[in-house]
Amino acid sequence: MYRYDSIDQRMIDERVAQYRGQIERNLAGTLSDDELRPLRLQNGLYIQRHGPMLRIAIPYGQLAATQLRKLAEVSRRYDRSVGHFTTRQNMQLNWPKLEETPEILAELATVEMHAIQTSGNCIRNVTTDHFAGIAPDELTDPRPYCEVLRQCSTFHPEFAFLPRKFKIAVSAAKEDRAVIRAHDVGLEVVRNESGEFGVKVFVGGGLGRTPVIGKLIREFLPRRHLLSYLDAILRVYNRHGRRDNLYKARIKILVNALGIEEFARQVEEEWSYSKDGPTTLPDDEFDRIAAHFAPPAYAALPAEDTTFAARLKDDKPFAAWARRSVHAHRVAGYAALTLSLKAPGVAPGDISAEQMEVVADLAERFSFGELRVTHEQNVVLPDVKQSDLYEVWQIARASGLATPNIGLLTDMICCPGGDLCALANARSVPVADAVQKKFDDLDYLYDIGELSLNISGCMNSCGHHHVANIGILGVDKNGEEWYQITVGGRQGKDATIGKVIGPSFTAEEVPQVIEALVAVYLEQRSDSERFIDTFQRIGLPPFKTRAYAGRDKAAAESSETDAFTKAPHA
Amino acid sequence: MPKLIKNAQIVDDPRSVVKLAEDESAGTIALPGTPALLPLAVWLARRDEIIKSGVPHGVWLDANEGPEAIAGDLDHLAVIGVNFPKFTDGRSYSTARLLRERYRFKGEIRAVGDVLQDQLYFMKRCGIDAYALREDKDFAAALASLDDFSESYQAAADQPQPLFRRRSV
Repeated sequence: MYRYDSIDQRMIDERVAQYRGQIERNLAGTLSDDELRPLRLQNGLYIQRHGPMLRIAIPYGQLAATQLRKLAEVSRRYDRSVGHFTTRQNMQLNWPKLEETPEILAELATVEMHAIQTSGNCIRNVTTDHFAGIAPDELTDPRPYCEVLRQCSTFHPEFAFLPRKFKIAVSAAKEDRAVIRAHDVGLEVVRNESGEFGVKVFVGGGLGRTPVIGKLIREFLPRRHLLSYLDAILRVYNRHGRRDNLYKARIKILVNALGIEEFARQVEEEWSYSKDGPTTLPDDEFDRIAAHFAPPAYAALPAEDTTFAARLKDDKPFAAWARRSVHAHRVAGYAALTLSLKAPGVAPGDISAEQMEVVADLAERFSFGELRVTHEQNVVLPDVKQSDLYEVWQIARASGLATPNIGLLTDMICCPGGDLCALANARSVPVADAVQKKFDDLDYLYDIGELSLNISGCMNSCGHHHVANIGILGVDKNGEEWYQITVGGRQGKDATIGKVIGPSFTAEEVPQVIEALVAVYLEQRSDSERFIDTFQRIGLPPFKTRAYAGRDKAAAESSETDAFTKAPHA
Repeated sequence: MPKLIKNAQIVDDPRSVVKLAEDESAGTIALPGTPALLPLAVWLARRDEIIKSGVPHGVWLDANEGPEAIAGDLDHLAVIGVNFPKFTDGRSYSTARLLRERYRFKGEIRAVGDVLQDQLYFMKRCGIDAYALREDKDFAAALASLDDFSESYQAAADQPQPLFRRRSV
């Protein structure tokens, strides 16, 4: 993975000093709370319902064992010995003290970590495929692209105060595991006919209040032009994006208002001035960065390990776990595996300090000291020998990290919700917990098969509910928590926004409604259809009818308020 | 007299920023006899008159105005102000870079409006070289903040070569 040189390190250290000064001035009363706010946000610090929350950057989800160990230590010393992985592959600490945050950042800087631009109206932490560099369906490793973007976006002087936040995701595989079309800019690494590397550029995607799938702006952008073209997009957005209304300030609104053709024309015009200028990325610089991501020293192994195969045959619980958690690897004899942070009774994405240390140990013993955070809020050990899988499983299981539910209904994406977040309309973790309980029978869960269920506590959609097969959105109605349900969303190259099935439900109703939706699928599916396939074949009505069976009266009563929450603000 | 950060110093600054009141119009407002920063509308309405007056006025651009309208007039302007109506409004960073990098403006670019310490480093990188810091703020601390960072990744007005073109040297 990328290691800092002395210049990278110096900039991070200088940032800690700058931030320390800002907090001191705030506490001394010479920097007002309003003036501090955007500054602390660009250092990941929110002021939440119960106090501050610190969002620590994990650039493109890539984490070293030593860094995770430091996170464990920091969470013990400055927090409540627990961290929360987010859908942007970052980690949040929910209970730090404001005055201690400079110390936390100083600690993190010792392991090349920071909280830069994890919030605020700036270019955010770049995200990518959690199987980057090891996926068999990959064209090339997307991480050098991400690191190039990390550097060019860090303290970008022109784009630190954009109209709104700006998120970039990169994918380089057949399957898009980074949801690139739900980002302000989505980049798919491709090659043209002559074999040259470049990117396919999507712009104007995003979830939130107005979910939009990103539009294609450029079919092939040669790699050397990546930064100048991105600067052009950002400049058009910085100058012309709306600043009068927070809810209409994302680039998607500008792209929709101008139309993609006119937006593209303006970008091209802007780009014509900077194209081939100093920001053009030389091959040797790309290669310098790519060298940091050179494959580790893999052993030469047979494609199929016989002991692994035997274990699968003999040990049913192991086989059940492996079926969900072990993923194909491009190198013979190796596998990637997902450690589930979706155990029953635990908030999705939460990891205790003890678990962090176990995972760090596992990474060091079995996976070249590296691991990945997924946008589904789990952790991946990327390079494990098949022959080690059984031992890894035993250790992970003993620490509650081997729930065999990856990709299944209970592998929910879920935001922290109203228990912690100041923005949320409703709690999300208790709903996740209730759904977990309803679907605690593993055989039932396996029978249902692949199904994504995501929960967001408000319109900001941190839980990605729009692109889930079943999405749950917390809404506020006269001070009460209600939950709107969408069906048919999906991630990947065919990313689709789910459809609202109708008036919202109470928290108590949600698990039954999910069960009803699942029942329709189980009755109607043919052969190998997944939930999403059946939905696409039979459409919304059967699901809707079943979800509201016996609820006609309640539905009629609540439909009025729902019209508001459903209406997309264009 | 108001103060200004310029050339790494805190200096007195006699140049006023003229704003049009609601009952004033660009065509009829009295032009100051001493150098000032005039609104773009005044410059556009009375360009020749201002040049003929011999007073070295400048123009200030609001965040939504951009440099295009004065791109042909730069030789007549000693100072261009770029306004930050709120410090969180980032449009004038683009304006400043365009003035320096596209239109090759060599005179003073002055940040006016809600100008605060923690943005000066970004302003400097975008080609702003004079800072009319908000009057209630600590000028000495702000001056020091121009050097918050000793290095940066991107090319910008203050450094035409991105770090990756300098790193290997």
